[in-house]
Amino acid sequence: MNPLAGYLLVAALLFAIGLAGALTRRNAILVLIGIELMLNAANLNLIAFWRYGPHPEALTGMMFAIFSIAVAAAEAAVGLGLVISIHRHAKTTDLDAMNRMKG
Amino acid sequence: MSVVFYLLAGLTVAGGLAAVLLKNTVHCALALTVAFAGLALLFLSLDAQFAGFAQILVYIGAVAILVVFAILLTRGSETPKDGVYSRHWISGLVIAAGVFAVFGWAVLQSLGGLPVRTGPAPTVTVLDIGNALMGRYVLPLEIVALLLTAALIGAVIVAMHEKEGAK
Repeated sequence: MNPLAGYLLVAALLFAIGLAGALTRRNAILVLIGIELMLNAANLNLIAFWRYGPHPEALTGMMFAIFSIAVAAAEAAVGLGLVISIHRHAKTTDLDAMNRMKG
Repeated sequence: MSVVFYLLAGLTVAGGLAAVLLKNTVHCALALTVAFAGLALLFLSLDAQFAGFAQILVYIGAVAILVVFAILLTRGSETPKDGVYSRHWISGLVIAAGVFAVFGWAVLQSLGGLPVRTGPAPTVTVLDIGNALMGRYVLPLEIVALLLTAALIGAVIVAMHEKEGAK
């Protein structure tokens, strides 16, 4: 089997797991965990294409993955800050219980 | 495909599954750390040393700790009485399975067209990456610096206690 295809399949499986977590869990933090898994699966794709692509010396996929890691870190910080803020207002992190736009 | 790849892939997928399926939220965060570590090892097995160690530093060192802090600050470790899954979990599961089916089909259909560069692994030193970051990728680097600053200030402002109000 093509080695690149193995990595792509693992990344697709991880993405689907993260998507299932983001869509099925009630806790807002678990939804963020699912989103992090999806971002990581995308990073694995980028690195795998960089490794098996025709021009690894151009560093394109590697740079894309590094910037993606930085953006994901910013996203995690803001997302968890929002969850803590919502918990302070609504006293819950249950997404099914959050049904008002105005606290 | 080597044995190492299958071991790392199994570790990563098992960590991801546990992070999504476990009932206790703290256990989910620990399983997420296992998935991040598996991904870092996969990066290392792909000869991307810098990305692998950045993954360890950023995700295991920072994001996992942030998740644990958020869980403990929101008392999310208590399992809710009416289940951990949302009311519409079946549709979510169907959507995720459909997405995986489409991705898997696309990968398997394009097996012949995928690039296979055999031979020695690309040697990329940290010097090369630093030169690229300061040369060709300097504008994205500056934008990421701005974004991280904005996210830092934004996260602090969002999570800051209000002086007056409900609290």
